[in-house]
Amino acid sequence: MKLMWFHLMPYTELPEDFNKKHPSVWVDIHSSLFDPRRAHHMYNDFMDELEYAAELGYDAVCVNEHHSNGYGLMPSPNLIASSLARRTTDTALCVMGNSLALYNPPTRVAEEFAMIDCISGGRLIAGFPVGSPMDTCYAYGQNPSLLRERYLEAHDLVKKAWTEKETFAFNGRYNQQRYVNIWPRPIQNDPHPPIWIPGGGSIETWRWCAEMDYVYCYLSYYGYKAGLATMQGFWNEMEKLGKDRNPYRAGFLQFVGVAESRQQALDLYTEPAEYFYGRCLHVDARFATPPGYVTEATQRSGIQGMMQKAANVASPATKAALKATNMKDIVDGGYVLIGSPDEVVEQIRHVAKSLNVGHLMLLLQYGNMSKDTTKYNTRLFAEKVMPKVKDLFGEWEDKWWPKPMAKGQRAAVPAFRPQLSAAE
Amino acid sequence: MSEPVTTTVDVNGFACRVWTKGSGPKLGFLAGLGGLPRWLPFLDRLAETRTVIAPSLPGYPGATGHTELDTHLDWVLAVRQLIDKAGLAGADLVGASVGGAFAAEMAAIFPGHVRRLALIAPFGLFDDEEPAADPWAQRKEVLPGLMCADGEKWTALVSPPEGANSIEWPIEMTRASEAAARAFWPLGNTGLQKRLGLIASPTLILWGDRDALLPPSYARKFATGINGASRLEIIADAGHLAYLDQPDTVARAVLRHLG
Repeated sequence: MKLMWFHLMPYTELPEDFNKKHPSVWVDIHSSLFDPRRAHHMYNDFMDELEYAAELGYDAVCVNEHHSNGYGLMPSPNLIASSLARRTTDTALCVMGNSLALYNPPTRVAEEFAMIDCISGGRLIAGFPVGSPMDTCYAYGQNPSLLRERYLEAHDLVKKAWTEKETFAFNGRYNQQRYVNIWPRPIQNDPHPPIWIPGGGSIETWRWCAEMDYVYCYLSYYGYKAGLATMQGFWNEMEKLGKDRNPYRAGFLQFVGVAESRQQALDLYTEPAEYFYGRCLHVDARFATPPGYVTEATQRSGIQGMMQKAANVASPATKAALKATNMKDIVDGGYVLIGSPDEVVEQIRHVAKSLNVGHLMLLLQYGNMSKDTTKYNTRLFAEKVMPKVKDLFGEWEDKWWPKPMAKGQRAAVPAFRPQLSAAE
Repeated sequence: MSEPVTTTVDVNGFACRVWTKGSGPKLGFLAGLGGLPRWLPFLDRLAETRTVIAPSLPGYPGATGHTELDTHLDWVLAVRQLIDKAGLAGADLVGASVGGAFAAEMAAIFPGHVRRLALIAPFGLFDDEEPAADPWAQRKEVLPGLMCADGEKWTALVSPPEGANSIEWPIEMTRASEAAARAFWPLGNTGLQKRLGLIASPTLILWGDRDALLPPSYARKFATGINGASRLEIIADAGHLAYLDQPDTVARAVLRHLG
């Protein structure tokens, strides 16, 4: 299986009384809470951590896009990915991803992703999320009633820009360009860089991923227990569509905290986990549901699902249960896997098998976790957990992984030598 | 309160409901946010002396087709078709909130189509100095107070009547909100300011003194921007959807103006 190291880049110094004094971590989070000089250190720590993960042999490093967000400091994940392209050598670069409808024209995404693919020698995974309501409709002012249509059209445009050899005119409903001819073009051109789609649990998205042969990623913050029903729904739909159960069709996000013992893990990771689930997920409910963001088909199945849940008393993961902010509930709920290396091995194997997910995206930094603790978590996982779970799904081929240039053909990037600039 | 007569007209291949009640000269009504999920006492007051014709805008209760409308021009032409097919060309027109913005557009762009005009807290403008509130980013418990001075009036408008389909009713209410958002996201500013000067119909502007969504100061901007004779009345104890808060007062003012 693939073990991928994901960074959200949370602002790590939200005050303790944040939830009491501020309505939301997202959209209208107050500028006075942001200290650019502290952010300088955060960014550099976070990029050190990503580079460290690459050195330790994680299959990929992952970045994503958020706007006006106190737990996601990457309005442009492409900036981070391009830096990582220079400071890593063999690790896949998973940009998870660019919210297509936010780019005008969307060919910007085709260009920037092609740049990253060229700089990195063909290591890009191209993620195309619709984007959250907070990012797209509120922070970026996109019309929720047009968002999905625009997203789908932008996808068609980007894909065509990558694959069409001749300059072409794009006569879309929302985008019209007389001359589409991106330059540079991606190294991965058979036919294009792997496309992964982070999405919620809508049947339309599953069907579309199957039809287009894309990886479907369920990036929930609530772990494998809450994610089980969604992933089962995904695999049931794949079966209906006659697709195989290749676990590499799917990606899943999981928080992990590993230490020498379970108790040590609790000691180390309680504060950052409670910071994340307490402060970072403190989002004002008024930004949750812009009208039209959720399709009517999904609304319909959601309302029906709620009725079924209400009828089914034994239902475990209702939305109300997804509110835990103290460590015991966070761990019991499976949001964060913690324990000794062997305990984490056992849990990771269980998660991968029960969800049938070949691409596991690990959050080993969360909340206000320090760089030292993050590196400890990252190293222990790489040394003691990774070797005991890598064998999973060996019988399947990952057809959705980047195909870089051969190592010998790639540019040798000289090591960064800070003493030169320091001597000036 | 007896039921109106229901017919439908076709706009871009989608059915739009038209409610008709009363007798006398025709009066068209384009409803505000939420549309007309049910017939209203306000419309009954008007129907005492007028033939009230209330077509549903695309996407509002009783109508679909908002998904075809991508630009403001698309919307304006859809409303023009609706007005024509509902038999309202040349009649008096009353529009409120989002419907008010379209009523103003009809009078500005198709002057022959609107005899006398009444606007109740219409959308279409945005003032940086006094920003309108955001109807699409509100917690459930806050929204009613933003729509009406008496929040119960809004709650009563959108609550499912007995026997309503428990799945489809909430979807229909969300669709109405989506349709409004589709046309007016994110600020409600459609550039109507540029066209106010084209309105030659005698116009009455009504505004609830407790409109928490669109500041009553916007009323003045409409009154000064409109070219034809315009008159402004502030409705006491009324919020954004003043016709829900004060149906009698608003109906009387409208009928007085239309003569």
